[in-house]
Amino acid sequence: MSQGHPPEIWSAARGEQVLAPHATTEGGLLPALHDLQAAFGFIPDEAVRMLAQVFNLSRAEVHGVVTFYHDFRREPAGRHVVKLCQAEACQAMGSRDLAAHAGAHLGVALGGTTGDGRVTLEPIYCLGLCATAPSAMIDGRVLGRVTPARLDAALEALA
Amino acid sequence: MTARMFLPMDAAAVAVGADDVAAALLAAAPDITLVRTGSRGLFWLEPLLEVETPEGRIGYGPVSAADVPEILAGGANSLRLGLVERLPFLRRQTRLTFSRCGVVDPRSLDDFRAHGGFVGLARALSLGPAGTVDEVAASGLRGRGGAGFPTGIKWKTVAGTVAPQKYIVCNADEGDSGTFSDRMIMEGDPFALIEGMTIAGFSVGATKGYIYIRSEYPHAIAAFADAVRIARAAGYLGANVMDGGFAFDIEVRVGAGAYVCGEETALLDSIEGKRGQVRPKPPLPAHEGLFGKPTVINNVISLATVPTILANGAAAYKDLGMGRSRGTMPIQLAGNVRFGGLFETAFGVTLGELVEDIGGGTSTGRLVRAVQVGGPLGAYFPPALFDTPFDYEAFAARDGLIGHGGIVVFDDRVDMLAQARFAMEFCAIESCGKCTPCRIGSTRGVEVLDRIRRGEKSDANRAVLADLCNTMKFGSLCALGGFTPYPVMSALTHFPEDFAPPPRVAAE
Repeated sequence: MSQGHPPEIWSAARGEQVLAPHATTEGGLLPALHDLQAAFGFIPDEAVRMLAQVFNLSRAEVHGVVTFYHDFRREPAGRHVVKLCQAEACQAMGSRDLAAHAGAHLGVALGGTTGDGRVTLEPIYCLGLCATAPSAMIDGRVLGRVTPARLDAALEALA
Repeated sequence: MTARMFLPMDAAAVAVGADDVAAALLAAAPDITLVRTGSRGLFWLEPLLEVETPEGRIGYGPVSAADVPEILAGGANSLRLGLVERLPFLRRQTRLTFSRCGVVDPRSLDDFRAHGGFVGLARALSLGPAGTVDEVAASGLRGRGGAGFPTGIKWKTVAGTVAPQKYIVCNADEGDSGTFSDRMIMEGDPFALIEGMTIAGFSVGATKGYIYIRSEYPHAIAAFADAVRIARAAGYLGANVMDGGFAFDIEVRVGAGAYVCGEETALLDSIEGKRGQVRPKPPLPAHEGLFGKPTVINNVISLATVPTILANGAAAYKDLGMGRSRGTMPIQLAGNVRFGGLFETAFGVTLGELVEDIGGGTSTGRLVRAVQVGGPLGAYFPPALFDTPFDYEAFAARDGLIGHGGIVVFDDRVDMLAQARFAMEFCAIESCGKCTPCRIGSTRGVEVLDRIRRGEKSDANRAVLADLCNTMKFGSLCALGGFTPYPVMSALTHFPEDFAPPPRVAAE
């Protein structure tokens, strides 16, 4: 979920280790995917093959699950992930302008990663902070009542 | 001084600096006992610090780390709110489900018991399974997730099914913008939900419960998982719950950013490790639910309300409310609203009272132009409909819905065509893809609205939009495609001026 620590480099041995606790869990594919992404930062192709074998599914089925959910990445994200809530309560408090401001500041559109790989900017649909809107989540840390100035300060603080 | 102070670690309080305040307090006064609670739900006052006194808890808010020295010195009069319990926003509520939220330490079983915890479960054990189901049915409780289906009937169906394994599933995939009551309970009073799920398990004969919490709620996931561990260690979950001779345990599952998984059958598929796609009904989950077994699937608030119903009796709950909407509803005031927060009250309060009186109008000080009630699938209402009472049927009669109880306020700068377009766009992003009206209709809806924006064949395209909405409403498999027409058509009906062709530029 959060990007607090740098992801590990994929290895089959480490992948198996991450998967092992979920192999016998009923419906263990989602928990396995969450843990794989927490470890490696994304779901590598090799992991999809391994998941298919462990859960006795076809690779297509695993691919179908991975791509269905917005959380799972097929490619590494930037070193920092900035999520700006773009749902209605935040819209009522200027989230569209805030997203445009952040995009201009970073030089990327929502969904993009800066050229230096520093920041991935993404929309998120509701953090449940709707009475302290607009809200954001930066590397898993929540921010409410976000102003352009407050967002700029938070972005500048990212290494 | 060994004062006791209370400060929320609710995600919304943390988002506006509660952790900084906590650090400043402990640095300046290491002797104090600082209890991290949930939130009372008065979010314009967060971070809301409470100091225990012989008269009661005195509030200060909104507090920043810089205010801490002055508060500790007994000053900061501009932030001093007096006794928190006497704040009008709290005093006007009927707090049943949320009676402990913001008051107790969410990780303390002692606190929970001292404030009426497990009284409902004890009563259920004395009533027996069938008696408990009858009590829930008699209370008139309806599903608080949005559909409003009678909880007691659901339980009765599962209780009457014979199967080697049954499940309780708690739907904590609270994806509707403008809602945060599930999050607040999981963070502020998780044992209430554990108690409610346990009562459900006892009543219908289910030994295993799952809770599916959305990944956007990391604080709630952590708080609830802690509570499950604490309850299990104390014998409130496990092979012999409260020495009552029955087994029940709870497993936490985390969503992965799919709004449609809030739909109950999609949620079940997701727990099973599949794409979160909607299942056609029948079979009902009560007959063939999780892993094909009979399953009670209820929203967080429905389950967290069961203990108070059992503790105080069905009649006390049923006496509140209006029409077929019995009891209380935690209503959430959000968006551009001056006093945003959680307001639990009996059904029947009007939308206008909620928005203008309790909510204090907009936070920008401008006029209220529209409110969206019930999340992204709820209708936009103009102030002309503010006499609508908060009641399932009254909203339905005006082509709206109360959903999960969220109200998002917009001021007079809102562009209603943009809101209608967003509703279609959101449906297109989140559609599970199983049925055509939703999967294709939402994308066509965005295109039609773009044509209306450009003024292309304006009348004809508005007719196409209405026709498309009709197809989605009656042809979709679930509420995502079926209810997206509510925000779209309500925007078109109540705010037609925003859909008018753009003024022509004079030619030569």
